[in-house]
Amino acid sequence: MNEASPNRLSSTAGVPTARPRSRLAALRDSDLWQSFVASRLVVAAALLTTLLVGAAFLAPLIAPHNPYDLKSLELIDADRPPAWEEGGDARFLLGTDDQGRDILSTIMYGTRASLMIGICSVLLAVAIGLSLGLWAGYAGGRIDAAIMRVADVQLTFPAILTALLIDGVALAIFKRYTFEGGKFWILVMAIGLSYWVQYARTVRGVTLVERDKEYVQAARLIGIGPMKIMFQHILPNVMGPVLVLATINLALAIITEATLSFLGVGLPPTEPSLGTMIQVGNKYLFSGSWWMVAFPGLTLALLAVAVNLLGDWLRDALNPKLR
Amino acid sequence: MLAFAIRRLFEALMVMLAVALIAFALFRYVGDPVNQMVGQDATLADRAELRRHLGLDDPVIVQFGRFVSHAVRFDFGISYQLKQSVTGMIAERFPATFELALAAALFAVVFGIPMGVYTGIYRDSWLSKVFLTVSLIGISLPTFLIGILLIYLFAVKLGWFSSFGRGEVITVGFWRTGLLTISGLKALVLPAITLGLFQMTLITRLVRAEMLEVLRTDYIKFARARGLSDRAINFGHALRNTLVPVITIIGLQLGLIIAFAIITESVFQWPGMGLMFIQAVQNADIPVMAAYLLLVAFLFVLINLIVDLVYVRIDPRIRIYSKGTG
Repeated sequence: MNEASPNRLSSTAGVPTARPRSRLAALRDSDLWQSFVASRLVVAAALLTTLLVGAAFLAPLIAPHNPYDLKSLELIDADRPPAWEEGGDARFLLGTDDQGRDILSTIMYGTRASLMIGICSVLLAVAIGLSLGLWAGYAGGRIDAAIMRVADVQLTFPAILTALLIDGVALAIFKRYTFEGGKFWILVMAIGLSYWVQYARTVRGVTLVERDKEYVQAARLIGIGPMKIMFQHILPNVMGPVLVLATINLALAIITEATLSFLGVGLPPTEPSLGTMIQVGNKYLFSGSWWMVAFPGLTLALLAVAVNLLGDWLRDALNPKLR
Repeated sequence: MLAFAIRRLFEALMVMLAVALIAFALFRYVGDPVNQMVGQDATLADRAELRRHLGLDDPVIVQFGRFVSHAVRFDFGISYQLKQSVTGMIAERFPATFELALAAALFAVVFGIPMGVYTGIYRDSWLSKVFLTVSLIGISLPTFLIGILLIYLFAVKLGWFSSFGRGEVITVGFWRTGLLTISGLKALVLPAITLGLFQMTLITRLVRAEMLEVLRTDYIKFARARGLSDRAINFGHALRNTLVPVITIIGLQLGLIIAFAIITESVFQWPGMGLMFIQAVQNADIPVMAAYLLLVAFLFVLINLIVDLVYVRIDPRIRIYSKGTG
């Protein structure tokens, strides 16, 4: 097997290769809580994440305006600076965009869209990677070789390129049949299909170790089917590393979604995500309307950094080798 | 060594065939090529004639063979959107992307290695902390956000550099270069920094980690015991031994630079292949997408192959490993 080349890349690119030995059980360990409180940075990141996620999911309740409600938009309100600047309006704390939408409310709804796509695509990637990884590791032989070869090939290309390509093809296919929320699921599919490889590799590694242990052999001896062994006996042992990977990949997925939307192949301006807002705001940067791009950009940066920090902490805390 | 090289070459060929199959399927089955090429008022006879001319009625395997043989000769057909030959479009845009990628890689190496060495030697100084914080930002911020930030600071507020296009270009043979004019060089600065920042942070962190590792080894201690100057130890002994992995990573990163060039070119409206690809995706211009996919895949496979082979030459452990399992 040519394990060498992709591994070399991933282990040095700062992408965590979670060690198989960490267990979900370690979560209950008090060390985790200790290391959490010990780092003020992590506590700050957790608070920030909670704040952003809370504001995003409570948006319909607490946002001052509804950016999806086209009737409430007044063009006379368009392009207003933040309330503390000259020409600002107290109704629009962070100003308005080119169509008169309140930036603060749009950020809340946009963060919600970004988070939803991020979470759904990570779930999709986990589902694919977990199943294929379990299958490859448990079955071994030709199936293993085939799945891992596909993974190797996909790993040759950067995920953003794969996502862009899947997105582009899906858009070309579904161009005529645009359905409600279709763009959302296209993005979820594009990002999910681009990030499954890491899970498959990690899960396969753990499965290879676990399948020769006594408890699996015992289960096989008393006649339990392979499906049940894979998903009920081996699966709990791989959840730790998968959880860590998923947290870090959530930040990556959010950034990927923002990038695709920024490139104009993501969510449309009528149902904006953070990336779409930045794309729209970017057009008005030269006319001095810095707030249209600054606030969504700041939100995206804070969200990505905070989730990244949480993921890093989780990786270190769950990895007994680093303790 | 020879067996290893042949096997890697074979694998690379298989990857290229797989990618070609995807590109072919895109071209053949996503939308109807004939509908895309003729106007609304074309008669049925015209369409049938074009179908026959394109060979769309032949067996699929024959069509795939023709597609591959055309692709090998750099013939990717006509763009649906611009009605130009895709090969011509790529040839026109390749120099822009190449110069941008080169400048970005240069920026990353020239700043990344010294920063890595410095943070490795003086790990507790305040400047090291500044470098590492900057590199953390470089790793966690999305590329397009960094580009917008640079545009706002240096183009809108300070007006030092231009923020879109390549500036004036000079044609040297078939190559249109922006490196020979002042406005061309000024236009290159911001996109190159945007594109190179991520690679720079990566190189900084890698060199730092390697330096920390090497500086702990016995031969460094021995060099100190021999009374060699710090300078000779740090650069003559330590840095030199960190360079093998660093060069490997830089090689592999070249592919990533090309991928991220899509984003940078889009932010700065840089007239390169990445911008062409993004416009092709937005317009569902399949021939351009297929050609770009094949070209990028070829570059990636080539880089991976070279890095693997060079690595085997440099590091004898891999030779033994590949003999053991292969």
